[in-house]
Amino acid sequence: MSAVAVRPPGIATRAAISVQDSLVVARRNLMQIVRIPAVLVFELVQPVMFVLLFVYVFADNVANVPPEIVALGGYVMFLMPGIIIQNAIFGATTTAIGIAEDLKAGFVDRFRSLPMARSAMLAGRATSDLIKNFILLLVVIGIGYLVGFSFENGLLNAILMIVLVMAVSFAFSWVMAWIALSVKKLEAVQAAAFTGIFPLVFMSSALVPVEGMAEWVQVIARNNPITHWANLARYFAFGEFSTMGGTPEQLMLWSALWIVGIVAVFIPLSIRLYNKLT
Amino acid sequence: MDQPIISTDALKKSFGDVQAVKGVDLAVDEGKVFGLLGPNGAGKTTTIRILTTLLQPDDGTASVAGFDVVRDAILLRPVIGLAGQFAAVDENLTGLENLEMVGRLYHLPRKEARRRAEEVLERFELADAAHRTAKTYSGGMRRRLDVGASLVGRPRVLFMDEPTTGLDPRSRLVLWELIRDLQAGGTTLLLCTQYLEEADQLCDRIGVIDLGTVIAEGTSTELKDKVGGEVLELHVAAEHVSGAADRLRGLGSDEPAVDADLRLIRIPVGSEGPRVLLETVRRLDDADVPIEEIALHRPTLDDVFLSLTGHAAEMALEEEAASEPEPEKKKRRKRKDR
Repeated sequence: MSAVAVRPPGIATRAAISVQDSLVVARRNLMQIVRIPAVLVFELVQPVMFVLLFVYVFADNVANVPPEIVALGGYVMFLMPGIIIQNAIFGATTTAIGIAEDLKAGFVDRFRSLPMARSAMLAGRATSDLIKNFILLLVVIGIGYLVGFSFENGLLNAILMIVLVMAVSFAFSWVMAWIALSVKKLEAVQAAAFTGIFPLVFMSSALVPVEGMAEWVQVIARNNPITHWANLARYFAFGEFSTMGGTPEQLMLWSALWIVGIVAVFIPLSIRLYNKLT
Repeated sequence: MDQPIISTDALKKSFGDVQAVKGVDLAVDEGKVFGLLGPNGAGKTTTIRILTTLLQPDDGTASVAGFDVVRDAILLRPVIGLAGQFAAVDENLTGLENLEMVGRLYHLPRKEARRRAEEVLERFELADAAHRTAKTYSGGMRRRLDVGASLVGRPRVLFMDEPTTGLDPRSRLVLWELIRDLQAGGTTLLLCTQYLEEADQLCDRIGVIDLGTVIAEGTSTELKDKVGGEVLELHVAAEHVSGAADRLRGLGSDEPAVDADLRLIRIPVGSEGPRVLLETVRRLDDADVPIEEIALHRPTLDDVFLSLTGHAAEMALEEEAASEPEPEKKKRRKRKDR
């Protein structure tokens, strides 16, 4: 039969095919935003609400904000880079929800029976969520400017902060993909995604300084990658400050290691689960 | 002789302690429509999922188009199409966009994917709705679009899992027409169904599957012959019943059976139905016995199922309906002993 003549494609070809297939899937996912723009509007409500609540409710109640940051414009200067990291992580939960919805609708079966790359469905979802989260990020930065935040460390560093935020968002998309493929049921996936990340975000320097937390929480917070990312985002936004927890170079190294580590663990785990779906 | 294009050998698959497939052996020739007929939970979907590389068997082997479904999965996927139990179409995309996407994922060049998508839409009478989002489609249109998607890659072998479940009668007929067209075009088709009539109408050969094994296989006629072929039934006036029965002796494959209360005479005719019918009418007319009603009764696949499994297919379905509507693989069905 013809089987003898056909050979599986080589690695380079397969990599090119993976990228192409992922983009086809990402385009499909993004069409949802094009066709139902309301989805994006609703997704904006939460981050914008968080910004406004924290800025105006916490305002002068937050102790331990380093004076040099207060001098730049108050708590809002401390908060914005942190809440932007939080949004990147919360924004990645749509990866879990999107995958769970595709599982429910039988779409995953269709994809898995097609000759497309096995990674493409997940990578396509991570890519489309990255683009969506980029749009959300720009809006949140805009809101930040309205409530008193501003970049004070030059254009290059502002761009580096955006790159950092996108990298965090992309890495968490793969954690979320893994959660979705482990839990599978849509409602349970939603619950699992949020319960997992909520304490993680709160036990970090994202929203308030670590210094005022309970002793044992401080231990967690100082070793929480979200603390490194939030402090690095602050450095990119306005320069060095007293509670950074390391030199900028150290923060960059730790942040990068965490991101690479998460991606290196959760991409293979997720693809493995995808291949083993029943 | 050519090798069968689909063949399975002692295929087994369990989910936990539930044996969904307990040793399925199939052989389907190229260009034929093969029906896998059985109630929910019989193992149809699991078998299809193994053949389309979605699931790996625990034991046994299966090959499609010369490719092993496990070892050569990467090579197999380009030559098969799957229309699953759910219409897997993206509601936010138009009909055209849905099919173009699938074409791209079969790695057709952009223009070719578009051309092919238009072709399929035309063929499935969806051209007018090509630029509407699938959200606005009726159930029948969605199912057609889903089947269309499975054809974009011009598969040599197409798998359809209960393609007409949940469709209204008209949509069902439209889909049957499409399936006959595909068959005429030389596509090999493996079709799962729980509808006896559907298998009867569409399939060249039928495998009756129950509790994870194929319990009978053959053409629709062969399966019906197993339960004894056709029967001629006639009603005459009460005073003529026994006389008429005497005159009809030796006509059929067996002696006439008389039910005096119902004024009914039943003659097993094997495959000689029309000859016996004509001769019966002639003899009774000669004897001036008026016939009130006369008909050839063909055994249905329902009769087949009943005689093969000891329970009716529909009965098994009702049992299922009472339980939670979960995917087939999780269901466990106990056979009713008779």
